[in-house]
Amino acid sequence: MQPSQYFSGMSRRNLLSLIGLTAGTAAMYQAMTSLGLAVESGYKGPVKLEGDPKGASVLILGAGLAGMTAALELRQAGYKVKILEYNNRSGGRNWTLRGGDTYTELGGATQKCEFDEGLYINPGPWRIPYHHNGLLAYCRRLGVTLEPFQQINHNAFLHSSKAFGGKPQRVRDIKIDFQGHVSELLAKVAHTGKLEGGVTKQDQEMLVEALRSWGALDKDYAYTKSVANSEFRGFAKDPGGGLGAAPVPSDPIALTDILSSGLWGSLANFALYEFQTTMFQPVGGVDMIGKAFTKEVGDLITYNAKVSKIHQDDKGVTVTYEDVQKPGTMAEEKADWCICTIPLTILSQIEINVGAPMQAAIEAVPYASSVKVGLQFKRRFWEQDELIFGGVSYTDLPITQISYPSTSFNTNGKGVLLGAYTWNGPHSYEFTSMAPEERVKRAVEYGSQIHPQYKDEFENGISMAWHRSPFTLGCAGDWTEEARKEHYDNLCQIDGRIVLAGEHASYIPAWMEGAILSSLDAITRLHQRVVAG
Amino acid sequence: MTQQSKHAIGPFAAAVIFSALSASAAVADSAGATFSDGDNFSEKTGQELYANVCQACHMDQGQGAVGAGKYPALAKNVNLEAGGYPVYVILHGLKGMPPVGSMMSDDQVAAVVNYVRTNFGNDYKDAVTAEDVAGSR
Repeated sequence: MQPSQYFSGMSRRNLLSLIGLTAGTAAMYQAMTSLGLAVESGYKGPVKLEGDPKGASVLILGAGLAGMTAALELRQAGYKVKILEYNNRSGGRNWTLRGGDTYTELGGATQKCEFDEGLYINPGPWRIPYHHNGLLAYCRRLGVTLEPFQQINHNAFLHSSKAFGGKPQRVRDIKIDFQGHVSELLAKVAHTGKLEGGVTKQDQEMLVEALRSWGALDKDYAYTKSVANSEFRGFAKDPGGGLGAAPVPSDPIALTDILSSGLWGSLANFALYEFQTTMFQPVGGVDMIGKAFTKEVGDLITYNAKVSKIHQDDKGVTVTYEDVQKPGTMAEEKADWCICTIPLTILSQIEINVGAPMQAAIEAVPYASSVKVGLQFKRRFWEQDELIFGGVSYTDLPITQISYPSTSFNTNGKGVLLGAYTWNGPHSYEFTSMAPEERVKRAVEYGSQIHPQYKDEFENGISMAWHRSPFTLGCAGDWTEEARKEHYDNLCQIDGRIVLAGEHASYIPAWMEGAILSSLDAITRLHQRVVAG
Repeated sequence: MTQQSKHAIGPFAAAVIFSALSASAAVADSAGATFSDGDNFSEKTGQELYANVCQACHMDQGQGAVGAGKYPALAKNVNLEAGGYPVYVILHGLKGMPPVGSMMSDDQVAAVVNYVRTNFGNDYKDAVTAEDVAGSR
């Protein structure tokens, strides 16, 4: 997904004008897309299911975003639609925990969320990139109000327990000092004319000027302490008003200290396409999206339905399920077609008569491990004491990151932090292995190394370990490139009367957009088959 | 990069890079739980590995769990009779189960397999070796 970015000898702009001149604008647009300049979204606008399905029926398995998207569109297109859902609620992983909610994980531990009113944690997906056009379109259509989600906050922390004596560093200092030192080094090399590889003398002169501007270098192209430099990295004492208000410049961190700290490794979190500004979150909790869908299709859902068998023949599809509130009570639902959004962890354990290629694909995808911990504090000390308004601090401690709420800024009263968020790796399994209250306890202990206020201000917390989730048995499809090559198309093909959908049937697993795009693609192909007879 | 780079795009990117020179040692915190240092598991004994890795899904007594799907019980599990089977599953994963052995050494995989095969009501005395594990990677 990395846009190509290296051209030697010819600038990207020059290359584009050349393509435009010789091949016309269509080629130009195609080239721009492949060069990462224009974005061709997987979302093609509102889905158009034209033609009469002649009363055909569809049974959808799973009332998450994929299932509810399919239900909404197919009912509108004239299908008879029903949904079976394992949970006693809709939304799936699109889910928010608030005060009063209870959650029982695999193993039987039950947690009650004790957050104050208005405070919440999104245990699953929580942020929306500006280019997730499908999800944004449904939010618009269904009236889900969004607000900015802060990903980069220059004043949040980068922390390593092994560097700077364990003292957290501001993102701004690491980012700008790293940029400055690198600029100085490169400017020195460029000055001596030692740059190789398609850089003309004119380019070199321009490059040196660019580095001075971009890297906050002085007139001698050095990255040194000065008021001008502090205009970028911040001051030891900010400029003020009245007497004694002159700014005091700050000391840059030495390059060798930044390099050996490893903190540069976190800077990619502020550069990746998926994390670029503007990101969004639904006001009041991410489950506002699922709730908006449920308003449209909630009447179609049968809850507490645990699917045990999916059988198709030339007449239709029969799904056998158990009412989890009355164990042992089995029921059947029949339809002409079936859209199955059940996570592959679970579907791979269900009897289903699809062809060998799809069965192999269903069994080929392990699920990522992920843990989140939400912590309520008596006051928003990160704002009041440290001027951190939203954003994420990254650390080498097992909690991996701390995310500050992107809402209700600068208010008095309590607040909830995301006090841990792991994704794969040893710490995720180690956290999952603990009892829920132990995860919270550890998150507080580790977090207090970054924010000492934790110890006095902490009130209560709740943890979500996705491998202990009864309805997913894992966080999200964790494809390798090899598995994708061998199995992805087979997973997405329609098999007789059955088609799969969900984040696992997308190239952006774990994102809500993946669930929606997968669903739209599945229903479009299914509809074509139905109207073709 | 970190473990994420092995996989396709995820919702979570680069973490703090650990110093390449740091020793890989499990750090027992104040309450005795262990957290690994780095991108591989640091726990050494079969019991430690089980309690901090396998227990996440298969539970503290190897009893497994049941939700919309299930985690099979490892307790009294006849599939453990041939030691090569659990070695293979840990190294390569099985259906939704991730290949957690990719974050363990051959010795660690052997240790945890031998632990599970001689605990939780299992009594298979033919231990697997690190060489067996190496051959199954």
